[in-house]
Amino acid sequence: MRTTITVNGEARSLDLDPRTTLLDFLREKVALTGTKKGCDHGQCGACTVLVNGVRINACLSLAVMHDGDEVTTIEGLGAPEALHPMQQAFLTHDAFQCGYCTPGQICSAVGVLAEIKADIPSHAGDVGAQARLTADEVRERMSGNICRCSAYPQIVDAILDAAGNLP
Amino acid sequence: MKPFTYERASDAKAAVQAAVETPGARFIAGGTNLLDLMKLEIEQPQHLIDVGRLPMATIEDTADGGLRIGAMASNTKVAADARVRSRYRVLSQAIVSGASGQLRNKASTGGNLLQRTRCPYFYDTSKPCNKRQPGAGCAALEGHIRESAILGASRACIAVHPSDMAVALVALDASVETLTPSGETRSFPLMELHRLPGETPHLETHLIPGELITAVVLPPLPEGGQQYRKARDRASYATAHASVAVVGGRIALGGLAHKPWRAADAEAALASGATAEEAMGVELKDATLRDENAFKVPLATRLVAATLREAAQ
Ligand SMILES: Cc1cc2nc3c(=O)[nH]c(=O)nc-3n(C[C@H](O)[C@H](O)[C@H](O)COP(=O)(O)OP(=O)(O)OC[C@H]3O[C@@H](n4cnc5c(N)ncnc54)[C@H](O)[C@@H]3O)c2cc1C
Ligand code: SF4
Ligand code: FES
Ligand code: FES
Repeated sequence: MRTTITVNGEARSLDLDPRTTLLDFLREKVALTGTKKGCDHGQCGACTVLVNGVRINACLSLAVMHDGDEVTTIEGLGAPEALHPMQQAFLTHDAFQCGYCTPGQICSAVGVLAEIKADIPSHAGDVGAQARLTADEVRERMSGNICRCSAYPQIVDAILDAAGNLP
Repeated sequence: MKPFTYERASDAKAAVQAAVETPGARFIAGGTNLLDLMKLEIEQPQHLIDVGRLPMATIEDTADGGLRIGAMASNTKVAADARVRSRYRVLSQAIVSGASGQLRNKASTGGNLLQRTRCPYFYDTSKPCNKRQPGAGCAALEGHIRESAILGASRACIAVHPSDMAVALVALDASVETLTPSGETRSFPLMELHRLPGETPHLETHLIPGELITAVVLPPLPEGGQQYRKARDRASYATAHASVAVVGGRIALGGLAHKPWRAADAEAALASGATAEEAMGVELKDATLRDENAFKVPLATRLVAATLREAAQ
């Protein structure tokens, strides 16, 4: 099935088996292997990418469902010589060990900051009040990203720092 | 995944028509439940009708002061809606207690209602399961499973419905709007959407094959306090062992049955002056308990007591 998806600003038009997940499309078809496959079932967050600016799990979506969409992966956020502030913050705070979960963590974190800005509520706060950026909020909102190396404290610090909110 | 063909529906009528005319067709909205199960070949649709971009994602005020939530509105959109947060906060609370931020961004209102059980033996294709294969038997009955039903279970199936959102919607007395295969719209109480397992646990709802959920409608602002509470193994990103939605005098329970459970007996007992503990004693008097899930009785009782207190504040 002919499908066109703009990945990191570049339109990619391919003939796809409808079974191709967005994750496999990114990794196998356009060779952007930064996005990782952990569980392939929505349980770990390693495959998190931004679709039209919103974070989702690329493993639980079909590429054909994203015809016409704009996808941003870890490769599109920044480059080694021009890091995205969130990528820089993860380095500064040593927010990883093996690094396998990291692309998903970073894309998710960028999504989280946008969601707080858009006043989307979370389980950590009062749904009736304005969404706030606190360590508790970050922990709750990032719960869909598992880190087997357990770099969680550094990840929370990195995200607060990138948001200019480190105490 | 088994091979399938795919189409993107142009409008709701065309989607329903395609569902009726194409053998093995299924709707796909967010895909977060269906694709999970297709990868395991628990679900094997031959054709997918993508309804995700149908113009049914709006949330509108109704003439009587309620709210009409389009079936394609994402879980995030509903939870973040200012009217939901101020008038139906229990719904917002229930949604944000479920799944993860990424999943809620993708999950739709209709898909959330129709998500299937997370019974581990349903997911384990090496084990018999009446829901996967009618008549095969139920591995959970001899298995070890804490997340099983204590209300309305049968000898054929002891699975629970995992939706948090649906529990709040039952307490809110919401209704479901659909488009039927004959092209009519119909509306019925959401409480009547799901079935108990009985002898046919593979039949999970009262929808007609090919029927499309188009909206969920909330009645005008109910009186009394609202609150949702969920008890689970982790603080986040886990399904409920028990959950409670309180809306004024109405109580709905999650994690305890094959469907979101309206606790009508407990409501009646409370209305005639019983304590929360006494009321739950009445509600759970016919509970079917197993060694692994008996903890749900004190858990649900205390959760209801706490949630009633918080809702009244
Ligand atoms: C790791 C993980 C953890 C989770 N934890 C929770 C949790 O704690 N609480 C919770 O409530 N949920 C939880 N979920 C489930 C999640 O909420 C559901 O996957 C999601 O709501 C399904 O919505 P969807 O739009 O993606 O459905 P889809 O996967 O697109 O569809 C699900 C089903 O509904 C049918 N369908 C979809 N839309 C319609 C319609 N309009 N009319 C008729 N039929 C339709 C489809 O044919 C399919 O059978 C979890 C999921 C995962 C993967
Ligand atoms: S409890 Fe229901 S879903 Fe679980 S194995 Fe038994 S029949 Fe299948
Ligand atoms: S690979 Fe997608 S959530 Fe684990
Ligand atoms: S850094 Fe190894 S899994 Fe997170």
